[in-house]
Amino acid sequence: MSIKVSTRQVDGVTILDLSGRITLGEGAVTLRDTIRDLVAKGDKNILLNLGDVSYIDSSGIGELVSAYTSVKNAGGELKLLNLTKKVKDLLQITKLYTVFDVRDDETHAVGSFTR
Amino acid sequence: MTLPSTLDTVDRVEQEAERFASHAGFSEDDVSNIAMAVREATVNAVIHGNNYSRDKDVTAAFETNDNDLVIRIADQGQGFNEQNIPDPLSPENILRGSGRGVFLMRAFMDEVHFRNLSPGTELTLVKHRIPAQNAA
Repeated sequence: MSIKVSTRQVDGVTILDLSGRITLGEGAVTLRDTIRDLVAKGDKNILLNLGDVSYIDSSGIGELVSAYTSVKNAGGELKLLNLTKKVKDLLQITKLYTVFDVRDDETHAVGSFTR
Repeated sequence: MTLPSTLDTVDRVEQEAERFASHAGFSEDDVSNIAMAVREATVNAVIHGNNYSRDKDVTAAFETNDNDLVIRIADQGQGFNEQNIPDPLSPENILRGSGRGVFLMRAFMDEVHFRNLSPGTELTLVKHRIPAQNAA
C-alpha cells in the first residue's frame, strides 16, 4: 500500500493526515507534490500527521527533510505529529528528531505555530 | 533471484528478505530492520547501480548458517567507492534530501560489505543469529 493523504484546515494550520508507506516511488512523490502545491498557494503552516504511517524508507525520510526545507524557505513552518515508534526511531537514528518540531497532541501542535 | 531494474524489484526483494528473516527466527523488530536494510541495498542497485537499465539485472541471494543470516544484493553498474559516501549526520549534510541508505544499512545490520564486481557492485548484509535462533 502506498500513501494516502487527506487535508484539513484547523485555525490557520493545514493538517495533512497521512497513512500508508512513504517510500521511494509513488509514496514519496505524492508527499512532494502535495507540499509543493500547498506552498505554491501560500499555505505556510503545515502539520504532518504521521500517526497512520506504517513505514518510511530513506527516500521517505528525504522527502520529509525536503518538505521541511521548502516550507521553511517559503517563510513557513512544517511540524510533525503522532510519530509511530518505528518512525521516531528512524528520525532519532538519523539525528533528524531534533531538527523537526515533533508533537504528539494536535491541539497543542496547532497552537504552537507562529501566526 | 535475478530481477529487472525496477521499483517492483525493490518491493519484491524487501518482501523476500522479510519472509526469510522471519523464517530464520529473528524478532519482529529485527525482521523489520533487516527488510529495510535490504530494501535500501536494492534501491541502490536499481537506481545508482543499474540506473533502471533494462539491460542490467539485480541479483539477490539469501542464506543462513549457524551464526549468521547473509543477504547479497548485486548490480551490473559502474561501481562506486564507498569512501566517497558523505556522512548524513554531519551538519552540512543533515538537511540533504538523500544519502541515508547506506547509513541505515549499517545501522540495522551487524556487517555491511562492498565488493567491486567489475562491472557492478555486490553488497553483503550480515545479521548475527543468537543461539536460540540457531536451534530454531
